[in-house]
Amino acid sequence: MNAARPQPARTDTAPGDVGIEIRDVSHQYGGRGGQGGVTALDHITLHIRANEFHALLGPSGCGKSTLLYLIGGFVPVQSGVIETRRGVVTGPSPDRGIVFQNFALFPWKTVLQNVLYGLEKLGLPKKDREDRARHFIDLVHLSGFENAYPSQLSGGMQQRAAIARTLAVDPEILLMDEPFGALDAQTRRVMQEELRAIFERTRKTVVFVTHDVQEAVFLADRISIMSARPGRIQHILDVDMDRSRGDEITKRPEFVDLGEHIWGLVRDQAIAATRGAH
Amino acid sequence: MGATLNTLWRYTPLLICLAIWEILATAGPVSNQLLPDVASVGKALWSLILDGELLRQAGHSLYRAATGFLLAVVIGTTAGLLMATFRGVRLVVNPIVQMFYPMPKSALIPVMMIWFGLGDMSKIVLIFIGCLLPVVISAYNGARGVNPFLIWSARSLGASRTSTLVQVTLPAAMPEILNGIRTALAFAFILMVSSEFVIAKDGFGYLISQLGDGGAYEAMFAVILVVAAAGFTADRLYGAFVRHQLRWREP
Repeated sequence: MNAARPQPARTDTAPGDVGIEIRDVSHQYGGRGGQGGVTALDHITLHIRANEFHALLGPSGCGKSTLLYLIGGFVPVQSGVIETRRGVVTGPSPDRGIVFQNFALFPWKTVLQNVLYGLEKLGLPKKDREDRARHFIDLVHLSGFENAYPSQLSGGMQQRAAIARTLAVDPEILLMDEPFGALDAQTRRVMQEELRAIFERTRKTVVFVTHDVQEAVFLADRISIMSARPGRIQHILDVDMDRSRGDEITKRPEFVDLGEHIWGLVRDQAIAATRGAH
Repeated sequence: MGATLNTLWRYTPLLICLAIWEILATAGPVSNQLLPDVASVGKALWSLILDGELLRQAGHSLYRAATGFLLAVVIGTTAGLLMATFRGVRLVVNPIVQMFYPMPKSALIPVMMIWFGLGDMSKIVLIFIGCLLPVVISAYNGARGVNPFLIWSARSLGASRTSTLVQVTLPAAMPEILNGIRTALAFAFILMVSSEFVIAKDGFGYLISQLGDGGAYEAMFAVILVVAAAGFTADRLYGAFVRHQLRWREP
């Protein structure tokens, strides 16, 4: 089985449903009227399939988080179009849930209250809300910590709570902005395994931003590799691996080979990013 | 038991002050006229309490302070949040706030008297103005400093802009707002007494100046101590309230 099939960017034709369609999106920071600013994204066209786990991989400052915020509707699209099955993205919406690197839990609410927040917005009956919140808290293995405040939890537990809060409103699309970047190596590994398991069960369209090659290969069905600023999609790779045996795959030669192959593609960009950091 | 001992320790400096006062007043170079001894001040206090005078004046003063203060808390918090959220509001309100902030509010006392007369209104408005700015500024700074990811999270969970402002920006800014309110609380007491010195027929400030003019220094000192104690108590109660409100910050 061939693990990696590099495809040229932009001509990628997606089989199956389109989850998120990004057409010719550019983005600049600073400057007025497109002049004198820093170009973060340069004519990005990308089709993210429905129900796939898609990693955006690139060096820091390549604009991958910016692209995620554009999909989330948090930052207005300056040029180009982003479309989901619900239509053109014009602002945030509960059908596009997000998990941030620094958890972004409401610190004045307990775990349960955090998870309930989105359910209240959905207008569910009170009884259902509570049941559903507890179900998702259980899903991320936080039962027993319902009444803890975020400040009382470890980083890994806070991120579990944040994931439960986002999953509870059942978004069609799950956006993740380096969600495990602030965690220690062991916790990160456990969280990756659990996230993949949750994904197998819920099958949402996931866009996962990371700069960690291993993480991208372990989690994703497809990987888009972005260049250093200005951000462009350079390669799109399929990860064809049998995942039925969980974390076993990291030991397999094709996993290692694919990681090496991607590192080869990313390396120059990472170097460029460190040298052109300002 | 240990807690009681701890409290005693904490107030030891106050007891020492009381002792020094007593020594100065009875044996020291200061005449008893200028600084009455502790016992006679205590006696004067007791008779003020007994004839109900103190309580009546306290009622007037605290009503003014509380009304001006609470109005300032509500309106100031709202204004600060709106300033942080809407550029238009910020552009209009910011210069006004910056101009008025360093101005001593007691300078407005004569103006208040001309506009609102000798009754409660002049004092309430003055206290309101004095308390308003620290609350506005703390709410504005607090709201501007809110982690944008919290707001984005709320929006992506289905919250509207308005409910995000009330349910996320406000509680996230709360630690700073509560700090500003504490400053406002002190201002309320200061302006309460100083305005009553100048324009009042009742209240703590009026009582102090009346007693001073009449040469009843023991009673005057007694009232001053009562005002100090009231301010201290209000601040302690407020501190407890803040700790309860911000209990989520404690690990």
